[in-house]
Amino acid sequence: MSSSSSQDQRPLSPHLQVYKPMLTTAMSIVHRITGVALYFGSLLVAWWLVAAASGSDYFSLVNGFLGSWFGRIILFGYTWALIHHAIGGVRHLIWDTGRGFELDTVEWMARANLIGSTGLTVLLWIIGYSVR
Amino acid sequence: MVELSLPQNSRVGEGKSWPAATGARLKEFQVYRWNPDDGQNPTVDSYTIDLDECGPMVLDAIIKIKNEIDPTLTFRRSCREGICGSCAMNIDGTNTLACTKGIDEVDGPVKIYPLPHLPVVKDLVPDLTRFYAQHRSIEPWLQTVSPEPQREWAQSKDDREKLDGLYECILCACCSTSCPSYWWNGDRYLGPAVLLQAYRWLIDSRDEATGDRLDNLEDPFRLYRCHTIMNCAKACPKGLNPAKAIAEIKKMMVERRV
Repeated sequence: MSSSSSQDQRPLSPHLQVYKPMLTTAMSIVHRITGVALYFGSLLVAWWLVAAASGSDYFSLVNGFLGSWFGRIILFGYTWALIHHAIGGVRHLIWDTGRGFELDTVEWMARANLIGSTGLTVLLWIIGYSVR
Repeated sequence: MVELSLPQNSRVGEGKSWPAATGARLKEFQVYRWNPDDGQNPTVDSYTIDLDECGPMVLDAIIKIKNEIDPTLTFRRSCREGICGSCAMNIDGTNTLACTKGIDEVDGPVKIYPLPHLPVVKDLVPDLTRFYAQHRSIEPWLQTVSPEPQREWAQSKDDREKLDGLYECILCACCSTSCPSYWWNGDRYLGPAVLLQAYRWLIDSRDEATGDRLDNLEDPFRLYRCHTIMNCAKACPKGLNPAKAIAEIKKMMVERRV
């Protein structure tokens, strides 16, 4: 019989190290990550608005940073996070009604989220640049 | 709690390569080994067998290994036809039953680990004590207050059909141990298998403890740690959908409030 001390020494079986990566699992963690990213993105927007309210000198500084290539990469990422999280949210709304749990539907929705969010982000930026 | 890496004593080292068989259809099996008696870390041993001398399922292969190559290899198995749930393990990166997983479904070496994120008793045998205790906690039996009928508790065909997709669960734990949420919060989150069982009693027309059962699940962890990751439904060797059962419980929680 195993004593309690040998139970303490029992190893934990491998989990993330051996489990096959799946798109649905990835979309779940990306939904969480984009959710966190939105906090920072919203702070950026708030910062930009505060700058606009506090005078032209400070605004041009902040606006210049956000308009730089580095700022634009951040904003592009923020746009993608926002759209990805929104589509993911719709997916969760559908699930909350008890629908969309069939394995092929789940797979389809994961792909649609990834492709849709990327496509819409690029589209939005194309529109943004074309109306400048 | 989220711990992405394994504790020091659980890191898997390189193991022994057993002498390969000779034959035309050779297949390598890489199998997790841990011996509680030698104080060493777990390892992965390599066995190569001739598929022409072996049955078609992964369970056939590990029984062959135990019988002919290495009698110390330890695993659970019983029915060999997917109804007892004993031989649940992680094969080729997903949890399934060794007895219903065809060797030909796996490209390259067949990697076999115990069910994920559990204490290992020996080799492919994990400790499922907590899993069974959680099953006990949802009181998986018929509860009634009405006087016992003269004959059996009657149920309409429609009500009986509501149990389809639930009663087939064999409690093999493939789903629960595939769930990242259960990995990180398995001490408080009940996990997909136990929640599917809970729903099986919630939806049973004969059961009269529905309110108490929902009260027991109304908890930030026990039920609501399900984030619809969907690993459970993908892993289930019986083709059941614990994620959907959990969603139905969440719906019942809302519906009883409105």
